[in-house]
Parts: sequence; structure tokens; C-alpha cells
Amino acid sequence: MVRLRALLNRPWPATLLVLLSIGLSCYAVAVNPRSVVAFLFFQASILLLYFARVPRRLKLSLGIIALGILMPVLGTINGYYMEVATQVGIFVALALGLNIVVGLAGLLDLGYVAFFAVGAYSWAIFGSPQAGKFISAATASFPLSGEWFFVFLIIGVIVAAVAGVLLGLPVLRLRGDYLAIVTLGFGEVIRVLANNLDKPLNITNGPQGITPITRPPLFYQPLLNALGIEAPATVLYPLYFYFLVLLIVMIVILVNRRLEDSHIGRAWEAIREDELAAVSMGVSLVRMKLLAFACGASFAGVMGVLFSAKQVFVSPESFTFLESIGVLAMVILGGMGSIPGAILGASAVTILNLQVLKGLSLWLNELRNAGVTILGYNLAQLPTQFEPAKYERMIFGIILILMMIFRPQGILPARRRTRELGDT
Amino acid sequence: MAILLEARGLIKRFGGLTALSEVDFQLEEGTISSVIGPNGAGKTTLFNVLTGVYQADGGDVLFRNRSLMGLRPDQITALGLCRTFQNIRLFSNMTVIENVLVGMHTRVPLSIADVIIRTRRFHREESRLWGRAATFLDVVGLRAKAHDPAGSLPYGEQRRLELARALASSPAMLLLDEPTAGMTRGESQAMMALLKRLIAEHRLTILLIEHNIPVVMGVSDRVTVLDYGEKIAEGRPDAVQKDPRVIEAYLGRKRWRDKGETAHA
Repeated sequence: MVRLRALLNRPWPATLLVLLSIGLSCYAVAVNPRSVVAFLFFQASILLLYFARVPRRLKLSLGIIALGILMPVLGTINGYYMEVATQVGIFVALALGLNIVVGLAGLLDLGYVAFFAVGAYSWAIFGSPQAGKFISAATASFPLSGEWFFVFLIIGVIVAAVAGVLLGLPVLRLRGDYLAIVTLGFGEVIRVLANNLDKPLNITNGPQGITPITRPPLFYQPLLNALGIEAPATVLYPLYFYFLVLLIVMIVILVNRRLEDSHIGRAWEAIREDELAAVSMGVSLVRMKLLAFACGASFAGVMGVLFSAKQVFVSPESFTFLESIGVLAMVILGGMGSIPGAILGASAVTILNLQVLKGLSLWLNELRNAGVTILGYNLAQLPTQFEPAKYERMIFGIILILMMIFRPQGILPARRRTRELGDT
Repeated sequence: MAILLEARGLIKRFGGLTALSEVDFQLEEGTISSVIGPNGAGKTTLFNVLTGVYQADGGDVLFRNRSLMGLRPDQITALGLCRTFQNIRLFSNMTVIENVLVGMHTRVPLSIADVIIRTRRFHREESRLWGRAATFLDVVGLRAKAHDPAGSLPYGEQRRLELARALASSPAMLLLDEPTAGMTRGESQAMMALLKRLIAEHRLTILLIEHNIPVVMGVSDRVTVLDYGEKIAEGRPDAVQKDPRVIEAYLGRKRWRDKGETAHA
């Protein structure tokens, strides 16, 4: 481990190692597209690229190549990888949004997924025939056309930010545990509303959810056709959503970084550190807390809009309390208040859930079905209560516990910003 | 000289306990005044009422002839009244200079759009802020530690940092709650010398809460004595020191003992 770190600190060996690792992993995925390990290897190389001391320009261009070209190519080899990458992106944006509220401003929010739901439903209702059920056809015809999706990305931001302020107003005076309970309640209220607003006026279509939701138009398809590339929509859409997610995540990271490194970010941290001292130094708790809620919510809102279009279907099932906790776990695992931490935490948890743990339980199941004997015990005799699929959550839980014991500050804790002060 | 701050009949009750009962006083611009009194006399409550942390149950506070009643602490700070705390309240996980930067919060003329778009104004303002913060650190002698976490500083330096943070809000008046508590005699003398310098340089008015009687007597232009929420004496330090009610409040049951020993009561 120490040797690897030393190696990564020297530019040329590090660059070589990263290049080798990216190349090998891509080759491995291409040769064996169904191997989870090969794809994990690819993801690990991207992580390696982040940590290695590669010259800045080269690092940036390698990152663009890996995420902008290699990932989509691997995604067309195995469609599931595209799905994983897109989901990672969605959760990265969610984790970054929650990181503002919890990590920077220190406001424990257990109902964060509500804002994701608000964004998702705002496009789901108007981007499907659903809106026609309570708005007369004379006013407008639903579903709205695909172009409206882009308008709704903005609307999603606004609606979620308003929801954030609405949640923020009544909880301004609350802190810690009390705040956590109220936000938990808020999250449940939004979910229950989605579940029950089918009567008397059918707005959300209740537990059945809304489908089909219009997807944005493939505006670049004619261009591809002109270039002589014929690709069906089933290939184009995942790529399309992947790039949209990537774009939104880039914007979210940029906005996040800029907010953090400003008087606004410092005021948030001051509130987290000591509310009374912050307000005594002139930080307006009302404005800053509402701003934190609104910013965090807006990131979730825009991803919600995208999520509903990607899934073509939304239902209250996707916005349970467990989802909020999942995002919170990503933020805490990554390192509270740290942008790279939130990104890494979201990626790690999503990949763990979608690939590693699933792969593990599949593997254990295979062992069981094959009747492998371990320590004189035939796995085929395992009672159904001990079915390997049930270990998934347990292992995830153990990982969380171990992390909190041995690295409570998270994988990549926040680093303080410094600045050259010059001489007196 | 002009009156900067005036309290009229301030009342604060906590349930049945009257923490402040009809306290009046005036502070002249450019002076150092002290509030003294035994433990539980209502000194910190007075500070909390003046800075908007508590709402008074009666009376009025005028700062530059403007009533502070009903204002939030951050609004009062924006008007130019800033404080430090008895038990130091720094933002421990932030760096020393970031603490000072937070103190400037109300003086930052940037909007959220400036921050996100990174306008030229943002860069100009931000570097001006950091420069100013560095000069405040110079004043209290902490520039070399600008990037250390505030929580890692030794006690005396934390006190000085709190002072720098309060100064950064460009106050007209500072309320200092026991600025020399827990300091050695040398440290508190240095602190007092610093305060005197600040008054001269920044045209500050200072209200102190102090237990350290020699410090109070040495530095104050005016002393107000509180006991059980009531103002029992006020005036020049030497006059207050001789006031029989003050001696009783402070030394009361220990009158037979040596005065020097109870000076730090």
C-alpha cells in the first residue's frame, strides 16, 4: 500500500501505471463483457487516475477520454454497464446536493429523496397523458412533446428549490435530532401524497405510478444517419441519458465547488460549527439555511426530471425512506462536506449495490446450486432463510459499521482551502 | 462626547427569576466601560439582550439612536455591534483565517449569481476579503497560523482569534465577555494593551464583562456594577471601588478577610 502510494506520487511511473490499467481493463471488458470483475477493474482505474499524480492536463484529458469515450463504448458492449454508470451519475448528483445540506450546513435531512420525487413527478405528470386527467384538453394536450423535457429540467430545479424552502421555513428553529425527525416526516408526506393523490382528482395516479413518460427527442439521430451510422433507439437512449447525466453532474460539481469556496460556503460551515457564534457574527440563519435547503433540493429536482424520463415510469416505490438513508450513507461514507468524498461515496455505494454485492450473492448461489462442500458442510442443504441474496444487505451494513469505526471521517474527508496571503 | 449605546429600563425574566430589572446605562463613544458583579448577577444576560440573542421583556436599547428591540443578532451585528463569548465559540474545524472571513460576512457585497458565475467582481472582492482578514490576523499576531484549524490553537490564541473575528465585522462597538478569563497576568496585560490600541486605531467603543478586578480598574473609563439583575453602582473605577454597596455585594460575608485574596472573586 505504501509502495503503491509512493509510486503514484511520481509523475511518470504513475502515468504509465494509469494508462496501463485503463488499457488493460478496457481490453478485459471487451474480451469478457459479462465479467463484473473486468468492469470493476475499469472503474478502479478511473479512481487510480484521480489519485495518481499525473500531470494536470493529461489527467483531465484522460478523464474525459475515459468517461466520454471509453465508458460509452464499454456500455454498448454490455448495456448493463451503461445503466450502472448512469445510476452512479444520478446518485452522485443526489449525494452532492445532500452534501450541501448535511455536510456543509450541518442540517441533518432524512427526507432528501422527497425533492428527487418532486422533480420526477413534475415531468412525469406533464410528460405523460396523466396531466390530461385533471387539466381539460382545451387548455393543452398531454403528454407534452419531448422538447419540453429540457424546459422541465429548469422547472424541476425551481419546483424542488421551492419545496426546499417550504421545508426549510418551519424547521428554521430546529437543530439536530428534532430537525432530522421533521425532515423524515416531510419525506414521508411527499411519498404518501404521491401515493394518495389519485382521488378525488387524479394527479399522481396513486400507487400504480405514471407511465409512459415522454423521453427527450433524439435530436442527433438525423446527423448519425447522415454519417451512415444506423443505430436503434434502444442503443441510443442509454447513451443519450448517460451523457445528459454526465453533463448535469459536471454542472452540479462546478456549482457546488463555487458555492463552497465563497462567503456562502463559509457561512454554511459556520452554522454547522456553531449556530450561535455564526448568527452573532452576522450570518443570517434564515437566509443561509433556506439557501442550503434550496440548493440541495434543486440538484435532486433536476435529477428527478431526468430519472423519470429515463425510467419512463415513476411510482411512489422509488422514493422511500430507505432511499433517503441510502443517499445519506453515501455522503457520510465519502466524508461529510467533501465534494470528492460525496462523489466517491455515491459511486462506491451504487456500484456496491448494483454490482459487487449482487455479483457476490449470485456467486454464492451458484456454489449452493452446485452443492459445493465447505468445511464438511454441503451448501445445498442451506435452508431458504440463509439464501445468499439475503446476505447483500447484511454485508452492506457490516461495511458501513466498519467504516464508521475505523474511518469515521469518511473515505475522502474535507480538506481546508488555503490561499497565498503574501507578505506583510 | 456622543452617546453610542443607551439602555433604558431593561427587563429580562426567566420564569420567576428576574435576571435584569430595569437596568439603565449609557456608553459614550470611544470609551472602555466594564460591567462587573458577582456570579449570576446578570452580566451575560445583559450581553445576550443587547446582541439580540434574548428578547427583552421590557425597556429599550438604543444604538446610534436606533432601537435594537426585535432585531435578530445578525441584524444587530450588521449595524455595528459585535461580541465575543465567555466560553470561546470559534468555528473549530475551520481554519484561523476562515474564522475571520466569516466575521466579515455582513460586509460582503456579493450575490449568489456573482458566486456561481464567478464574475470579475467576485474575484476582486474575494481577494480583498482575504487580504483584509490577513491584516486582522496581523493585529492579533496570528498570521503565521492562518491556515491552522482554529480548534488547534492554544487557549490564549483562541481568545485573540475570537477578538479578530469580531473586529472583522467592522463594528463600532465591541462587547467582550471576559476576554482575559483563564489568562496569566502577563497575557491579560497584553490583551488590555491590545484593546487600548484598537480603540485608538479603529475608533471603537468597548463594553467588557470582567472578573479580573485589577484589569477592570486599570483599563475602564467607567464601571457598572450589577447584583441580582440590578444596577447597584456606576461611575469612575476608583469611586465604584469605594462604594459600600459594591463592597457588600462583592465581599459581603467575607469582609473580615484580606481584600487582596478576594480580588478575583
